[in-house]
Amino acid sequence: MEQRRPILTLKTGTFFLSPAIFFVILFLIVPFVWIIVVSFTNQSLTGATALNPEFVGLQNYLDLFNFDTWLTRGNFGSSMIITLEFVIGSAWIGQVVLGMGLAIAFYRRKGALREFVNTLVILCWIIPDVVVAFSWSAYLDRDYGTLNAILNLIGLGRPDWQLAFPLFAIILFNSWRGAAFSMLLFSSALATIPPSYLETAEVAGASFWQKQRDIILPLLRGHILTDMVLITLWTFNTFSPFLLTGGGPAFKTEVISIFTYRIAFKFFDFGMGGAIAVVAMVINFALALVYLLMLRKQAVYS
Amino acid sequence: MASIVLKDLSKTFGKVVAVDQVNLTIQDGEFFALLGPSGCGKTTTLRMIAGLETPTSGTIFIGDQDMTNCNPRERDVAMVFQDYALYPHMTIEENVGYPLKVRRINQAERKQRVTDVSNNLGIGSLLERRPGQISGGQQQRAAVARAVVHHAQVFLFDEPLSNLDAKLRFESRGFLKHLQKELQITTVYVTHDQAEAMALADRIAIIDHGKVAQVGSPQEVYLRPQTVFVASFLGNPPMNLLPCKLDLAKRQVQINGSQIDVSQVSQINGIKTLVSEGENLSLGIRPEHISLYAEETAQAFPAELYVTQPLGSEVLVTLQVAETTVSVRLFTDEPPELPRRVWLKPDPKRILLYRTDGNLVA
Ligand SMILES: Nc1ncnc2c1ncn2[C@@H]1O[C@H](COP(=O)(O)OP(=O)(O)OP(=O)(O)O)[C@@H](O)[C@H]1O
Ligand SMILES: [Mg+2]
Repeated sequence: MEQRRPILTLKTGTFFLSPAIFFVILFLIVPFVWIIVVSFTNQSLTGATALNPEFVGLQNYLDLFNFDTWLTRGNFGSSMIITLEFVIGSAWIGQVVLGMGLAIAFYRRKGALREFVNTLVILCWIIPDVVVAFSWSAYLDRDYGTLNAILNLIGLGRPDWQLAFPLFAIILFNSWRGAAFSMLLFSSALATIPPSYLETAEVAGASFWQKQRDIILPLLRGHILTDMVLITLWTFNTFSPFLLTGGGPAFKTEVISIFTYRIAFKFFDFGMGGAIAVVAMVINFALALVYLLMLRKQAVYS
Repeated sequence: MASIVLKDLSKTFGKVVAVDQVNLTIQDGEFFALLGPSGCGKTTTLRMIAGLETPTSGTIFIGDQDMTNCNPRERDVAMVFQDYALYPHMTIEENVGYPLKVRRINQAERKQRVTDVSNNLGIGSLLERRPGQISGGQQQRAAVARAVVHHAQVFLFDEPLSNLDAKLRFESRGFLKHLQKELQITTVYVTHDQAEAMALADRIAIIDHGKVAQVGSPQEVYLRPQTVFVASFLGNPPMNLLPCKLDLAKRQVQINGSQIDVSQVSQINGIKTLVSEGENLSLGIRPEHISLYAEETAQAFPAELYVTQPLGSEVLVTLQVAETTVSVRLFTDEPPELPRRVWLKPDPKRILLYRTDGNLVA
C-alpha cells in the first residue's frame, strides 16, 4: 500500500483538536469519574451529607444487591427484571423482529401501500417523544381514550390499559417508536443482495422459508448483529417510558433508567444513584464488548 | 428431458414491449440459442421460461405440460445467471449442493453427487473454498455444477460467459458444448455474441425488438438470412449489403454502373411475384464470397480501396462502392499489393436479394 503522509504535523493537529478534547474531558470524562467516586459515598442533595459526604465503601453496592429484598417491587432486582422484559419485548421482538419482517415484506415491492407504510413508520420515528407519549396516553386513557371508545362500541368494555397492562403499554409504545430504524437498516441491507441470489434459489426449488434461512439471514448476519446491539443499548438506556407511566403504577414499569432517576433525583440519594449508574454502565460496556468481539470474528470469517 | 413450446408469448413492462408474440418450439435435448442485440428481450424470454416473470399473454409448455402460471420450483429447470450468483457465505461444496439440500436429499447422497459433478467439471479440489477465493472461470464452472447437480429437465443460461476474458470464454465455450452433448439436456442459451451462438447452438433464434426474426441452424441463418437485420447481425464483419437496381427480363442487377448476372441465385424464379421491374433492391453477399480483381472483369463492379487489415491467416480488405462500405475477406497470409481501383466479383451462387422493407426475395 501507498505510504500516506499526514497533511498536518502533530503539533497543529493537536492544536485544532484541543477544544474538542477539552469539552470531551469536561462533559464526559469528569462526570464519569465523578459518578464512580460518588457511588462510594453517601452524598445527598440536602442534609448533613450534602456538604460533607462520607466514604461508605461498598455499602451502596451491597444495598443494591441485598438478595433478601432486591426482588421486591421498587428495588434493584425487580427493576432489572422489568428492564429485561422491556428489552426483550420492545427491542428484540418489537423492533428487530418486526423491523426485519416489514423489510422482507416490502422487499422489491413498489406501489402505494409500501410508500404509505414507509411514511407511517418513519413518522412514528421522527415525532418528538413527548408528543408521542402524550398521544399514547390519550389513546390508552380509560375514560376518554380512542382505543376504549372503539372497544366499547363493539361491546368489549373499558379496560384500564395503563393500570392493568402497564408493561405491555410501554413495550407497545417503544416498539412503535423504534421499529422504523430497524426497518430502514434491514431494507437497505436487503437492497445490497443481488436479486439473482434469490432467483437462483427459487429456480433450484427453495421455499420462502428456505430462502430466508439459507440466504437472507446469513447474508444479513452482520446487520442483524449491529442492529441488535444498538437497539438493545438504546432500549436499555431509554427514559421515554417515564413520559407515559412515570414508572408506575406501583413501580411496574420502572426500568433501570427510571429507577436511577427516582433514587438520585427524587430521593436525592446521589451515592446510591451513582452506584446504579455504574452497574448500568458496566452492563453497557459488556454489551458493547460482546458486539466488538463478534464483529471481529465476522471480519475474520468473511 | 423435455421440449419447450412458447405460444404467442408476450411481455410488456408498462409501455415497453419487451417480448412480442414469440412462437418457438425447442426440441428435447436441443442446444438452443436466443441471439439478439442488447435490450431485445432475450433475458425476459428466458425468465418467463424459468417462471421468474409472468407473461402478459401467451402460453409456455415444458415437456407437454402447460407451465405458464407455475412457480419456478414446479418447473424443474436450472438456471445460470450472468453474475453466477454463487452464495458468498457458503463453500463451493455447499453452493453446488444447495439444490439438493432444498430438495431434502440426505447428506451422504448429496456429498456423493456434489463430488461426482465437481470432479467432472474440474473443480473437485476447490470444494472447501468460498466463491471469493476462486477465479472467474472456476466460479463459472461452480455455477454450472450447481445447475447440473440435480438433473433438471431444462438448462437456462443467461450470458454465462460474458464476464470472462477472451481466452477463457473460448475454453468455456467448448466445455459447455461438450457437457450439453454428454448430458443431452434441453438447453436455452441467451447471448448477444453471434460467434458464441453460432459455435454452441444446434439452432438459433435471432430476436429483434421482442420479435423472432429468424430461427434456424447456424448454417441456415448465416447463409440465408431472411431479413437485412439478421444479415447484418451475423458474421464479423457482417454481410455486405449493396443497393442495386433489378432488371427482371435479363436477370441482372446494376451496381455502380456494372451489370451483374443473378440468374444462378436460388429461388430467382419466384422473384417475379415479389418485386416489380426496375425495383431498387439490396444485394447481400458475405465478405468471403467476393473475389477481388485488379483489372476490369466480367460480372464485377468497380470499388475504391479504403484500407487493408492483415489478421494472420486472412486479410480483411475494406472498400468503398459509391456510398457503401464493402468488406472482402481474402484467405491469404500475405497482404496483397492492390491498386486504388479494383473490381469485385460476387460468387453468383451466394448472392441474396433483399427488398427495401428488409425481407429476402431471392
Ligand atoms: N423489470 C423491468 N421493468 C421494466 N422494463 C424492463 C424490465 N426488464 C426488462 N425491461 C425492458 O425490456 C426490454 C428487454 O429487456 P431484456 O433484459 O429482456 O433485454 P436483453 O435482450 O436481455 O438485453 P441485454 O443483452 O442487454 O441483457 C428492455 O427494453 C428493458 O429495458
Ligand atoms: Mg439480458
